[in-house]
Amino acid sequence: MLLLENITLAINSLLSNKMRALLTMLGIIIGIGSVIAIITVGDSLTLSVSENMQAMGANDVYVMIKEKNDKEEDMTSIDGIKFGNISGAKEITEDDYLTDEMIKEMCERFEDKIYAINIQHSIGTGKVDINNNVSNVNIYGVTPGYFITNELTFLGGHMFSLNDFNDGKNTTIVSDRLVNNLFDGNIQKALGKEIEVNNNNQIVKLTIVGVYEYQENYMMGMMVSGNNVTTDLYIPLKTSSSFEHGEIKHPYMQIITKVGTNSDDLSSRLQDFFKPYYKTNRNADVTAFTMGSMVSMLTEMLSTITLAISIVAGIALIVGGIGVMNIMLVSVTERTREIGTRKALGAKNSSIRTQFIVEAMIICLIGGIIGVILGIVGGIIASNLLGYPAKPSIPGIIISLVFSMSIGVFFGYYPANKAAKMNPIDALRYE
Amino acid sequence: MSIIKLDNIVKKFYIGEPNELEILHGISLEVEEGEFVSIVGPSGSGKSTLMNMIGVLDRPTSGEYILDGINVGEADDSELSEIRNQKIGFVFQTYNLIPKTNALKNIELPMLYAGIERSKRIKRARELLDLVEMGDRDKHLPEELSGGQKQRVAIARAMANDPAIILADEPTGALDSKTGRLVMDLFHKLNKEKNKTIVLITHSIELASETDRIISIRDGNIIDVTDNTKNRDENIKKNSQFNTNNTEGGNE
Repeated sequence: MLLLENITLAINSLLSNKMRALLTMLGIIIGIGSVIAIITVGDSLTLSVSENMQAMGANDVYVMIKEKNDKEEDMTSIDGIKFGNISGAKEITEDDYLTDEMIKEMCERFEDKIYAINIQHSIGTGKVDINNNVSNVNIYGVTPGYFITNELTFLGGHMFSLNDFNDGKNTTIVSDRLVNNLFDGNIQKALGKEIEVNNNNQIVKLTIVGVYEYQENYMMGMMVSGNNVTTDLYIPLKTSSSFEHGEIKHPYMQIITKVGTNSDDLSSRLQDFFKPYYKTNRNADVTAFTMGSMVSMLTEMLSTITLAISIVAGIALIVGGIGVMNIMLVSVTERTREIGTRKALGAKNSSIRTQFIVEAMIICLIGGIIGVILGIVGGIIASNLLGYPAKPSIPGIIISLVFSMSIGVFFGYYPANKAAKMNPIDALRYE
Repeated sequence: MSIIKLDNIVKKFYIGEPNELEILHGISLEVEEGEFVSIVGPSGSGKSTLMNMIGVLDRPTSGEYILDGINVGEADDSELSEIRNQKIGFVFQTYNLIPKTNALKNIELPMLYAGIERSKRIKRARELLDLVEMGDRDKHLPEELSGGQKQRVAIARAMANDPAIILADEPTGALDSKTGRLVMDLFHKLNKEKNKTIVLITHSIELASETDRIISIRDGNIIDVTDNTKNRDENIKKNSQFNTNNTEGGNE
């Protein structure tokens, strides 16, 4: 029999029992809806996370101090009750950070792989005062790598020279805002001038070698602008010791690799390199990773979560499918006489079977379509709440609809076959 | 030419089991083309089983059945469906219209199963509705029709594929006598004007008296065959008058 006739028949049959059809579809709607919503949220999350991380430099290697994993060994068990940290294992302190010596050795060892190192050492806030004009600054000691990762636009002057870095000269790079404040915006006048930077009442004289363009940025939804804004003031990392006494250590650094370096390989070798330094350290350890590995780790994690929830949703779909099967069995029983009549009028078993399978498929398909719509809406709302751009997955939608129809075929087959195999005489006589 | 030829039909149920039951004990029967025959018998006589045999809804345990030149015994399930579709028009006591499906679509159904294209189906269905004087009820659902109207739609449906025989099982059983009269008149019309072979299964002697031949069944055997050709028209006349007089003003 013609497919179109079967579809009309199925829709008529559903319309004649709207409430029942809706309740039957509910399982499918919930199942498909949650699958689509999860896929939508998962996809947009994965996409924006990996885009963000890629933008941060996928080939860079990050070295970081972290708490030691095997701290549990230090736990002392008394009568089966475990007390953490009882043996004196402490949180990571500055003492555990990377030393300049370690970094220097690392640079020598991996000379052929390391292009530059980005360390950003925050000294704190400071004040620059010229003729009662005050500018507030955040003081950062930086390495050459900082200027590779963070592209500053120089309006005048230049970057620190190699000597500035190596010898820790008292030079500085300031923002155009500071120049506006203190030098009436005259960059040429500012260059070469010595300014006094006051950090915790400790005054350090620095010579301006460069002026960069301050980028206005949005923070917490408010535009940070105006001339009195606190801007960053950069000094060579070594110069930091002018402000702080004692050895300066680093919890974190970014390594910019030379072209052609396998950064994953480098990261594992760096981890091995730092291991001996921390062998006896109870609290801290060194971890090295690349953004690429972070991205794949995160994507993997997200897709695992997506898969896990999808499996749960899949179970909901199967439950929904059983609901469809149940209602189809009821429908077949209710329509026994109709089936008998159809057989008497010349319907073949296959026609009857097709009729009921199509009906089950239509239930599931309509349920699936409603589910997809609700899922997309839910996914978009959830994505927006999480602050990510929503991206409904087209293959996900197609697969869901095909899957829901397959559920119709699978769970509709048994009732349909039952109908098809009915003995016409018994069916006609059925009260 | 015989359109129905039953030769020594035996039907047993529960074959091989202790409660094996033989319902038909070797029935032989021939029905000529254009003939209007009735099969009468009390309940339990085997007339329903015989109807199922003639209607190809069931296969005989033994014996040969040739319908319009086709040996039914050799057909498989799918072929039986085709035979029912092409050769037999069923009219049931309970009308058996497909619910929630309008009159026109009900009549289209046998043609749909025959694979006839839509435009032809609709054209033929409309002609048949006009034939049973229901042309203005084409879009009505069975629920919206009276019993007599339903039965007329059912008769139109039985005619859809221009079958070799119309098999009517107590077609007036659920109707009052006036509407029953209209249905019987419709059968006479089809028989006389369209030369349709009609097999009427009934327990009513009165209805049987309007047919060419009365076949009486009892306990699975044909016990009597009466040639009624001569009295038929007279009986129709008599019954018509009787009903008209008695059910005047009755509801359809």
